Amino acid sequence: MSAASQDVATRNGIFARAFIYAVLILFAVYYLLPLYVMIVNSLKPLDEIRQGNMLALPQQWTIAPWLSAWSTAQIGVQPTGLKPYFLNSVMMVVPAVAISTILGALNGYVLTKWRFKGDNIVFGMMLLACFIPFQIVLIPSARILGLTGLAGTITGLVLIHAIYGLGFTTLFFRNYYEAFPTELVRAAQIDGASFFQIFRRILLPSSGPIIVVTVIWQFTNIWNDFLFGSSFSGFNSIPITVALNNLVNSSTGVKEYNVHFAGAILAALPTLIVYIVSGRYFVRGLMAGAVKG
Amino acid sequence: MADLTTTAPRAVTNPRATLQDLLPKIVLAPSFALILIFVYGFIVFTAFLSFSGSKLLPDFSTWVGLNNYVRLFNHPNWITALKNLAIFSTLYIVVCSAIGLALAIFLDQKIRGEGVLRPIYLYPMALSFIVTGVAWKWFLDPGIGLEHVMQSWGWESFSFRWIKDGKMAIYTIVIAAVWQSSGFVMAMFLAGLRGVDNEIIKAAQIDGASTLTIYRRIIIPLMRPVFLSAFVVLAHLAIKSYDLVVAMTDGGPGTATWTPALFMQKFTFGRNEMGMGAASAIIMMMMIFAIIVPYLYSELGKKK
Repeated sequence: MSAASQDVATRNGIFARAFIYAVLILFAVYYLLPLYVMIVNSLKPLDEIRQGNMLALPQQWTIAPWLSAWSTAQIGVQPTGLKPYFLNSVMMVVPAVAISTILGALNGYVLTKWRFKGDNIVFGMMLLACFIPFQIVLIPSARILGLTGLAGTITGLVLIHAIYGLGFTTLFFRNYYEAFPTELVRAAQIDGASFFQIFRRILLPSSGPIIVVTVIWQFTNIWNDFLFGSSFSGFNSIPITVALNNLVNSSTGVKEYNVHFAGAILAALPTLIVYIVSGRYFVRGLMAGAVKG
Repeated sequence: MADLTTTAPRAVTNPRATLQDLLPKIVLAPSFALILIFVYGFIVFTAFLSFSGSKLLPDFSTWVGLNNYVRLFNHPNWITALKNLAIFSTLYIVVCSAIGLALAIFLDQKIRGEGVLRPIYLYPMALSFIVTGVAWKWFLDPGIGLEHVMQSWGWESFSFRWIKDGKMAIYTIVIAAVWQSSGFVMAMFLAGLRGVDNEIIKAAQIDGASTLTIYRRIIIPLMRPVFLSAFVVLAHLAIKSYDLVVAMTDGGPGTATWTPALFMQKFTFGRNEMGMGAASAIIMMMMIFAIIVPYLYSELGKKK
């Protein structure tokens, strides 16, 4: 609570404060509006959206759009709903997050506690890898996946996500371990502890916060990814974001807006829940990834 | 940095010790090798492609020199994509920074309910651009969205059809993108404001400076590093913008909302112009590196 400008605040007049509150609340409405629109319209019959008002509450409440979005809506050629694609995303996200986080932790450990000549160059190259436009690797990635027989598989997507997540996970752990006292590591080393023992017994126990930050960051990014999903997935590995886009932008048939909205919320639910449960860590990840980046 | 690393000379007597010495590098090696191949190797691969006559598949037998780049910059769709990028990134960066700064300053005025408001401003960052796109696509759709709402409230002549209008559609993407990212910029500025030294403010107050003056002359100038960070993050997001455009307009109406990323995708995989697609990806990378490399360089330089 040492906020400097809070001293400035106390000198505002009552009208100024009313104005400030009005603006803040107005923006809260702006940010909540699309979510509100999605929720209320996902609970209406289609006719009510077409004839009624998008901002009005449902006159006739229904969960049919949700059931349809989950299990019967037409996506591509099949009336499967989003369920199989949701599961694809889960199967893709879990291993990709685990692999990139574990490797990131080890990399961060090596780059801060076992420094060697040229480690800064290694780190710099990994850091720069965070920011490349992925368009630059699309063609060769597709080639490699094709050559290794991983094209169109979930394994292929896991591999791609794990690799292109390494830059960020390494960055997170490196910055975190940099502040960790190196003397403790040296003392353990003198006592004869091995490389992995030091990691497991000394660094890992205090790595809780950064593991949470990294896992959330990776989970959000990979779950929300569209570019890799749309470029590399096959019939049986389409992730939810791609399926949602197919659902909404398919040119055939009646546009079932209520189903689209229900589907959009379903696709957003996992990351939203993570955000609600652990928003603090989510923001820390954003900051670490952006400000420090 | 002369620290006690393992590179310091040490009597290596048994093989176990040698293994222990090498272990850190062995652990790091796979990650570094993957980055080396999948990032830098692939960049080189794409660079080569951009000088080749590849169409449907990579083809290194025909070399066309700079021809792909020449065709790229003479192609109306690429010019459209660059113009859109200029409009989109300028508005996106300026509006996000303005909203972000304003909200951060307002939130920093001992606001009751800050703990409720802040997460509301930030939650869009947790959503996929596809979800954001779906929400805004239908909300801005003249048939069922905002226009329809206004008319049903009695404002019969209200018209808002930007998303269907080739000249205005790119601005609807700005609206959605600002919605998604401005809360994040707010969080960056808020962190910056809370780091301002209290003493400076007190001194200015004793000198009789007004609140407005303190912000304008002291606090906002102190926010320069935050402006820079926000600029770098937003600019690089703008250059990469792809998902949101696909979800909202898929480049339409016509080619009105094509962005460089969309161009790359459509030409490489849709029109079998892999050489040109690769050239467009190289240009995108050069734009991003022009922004990010000096920034990373100065950031890394600061710490050491």
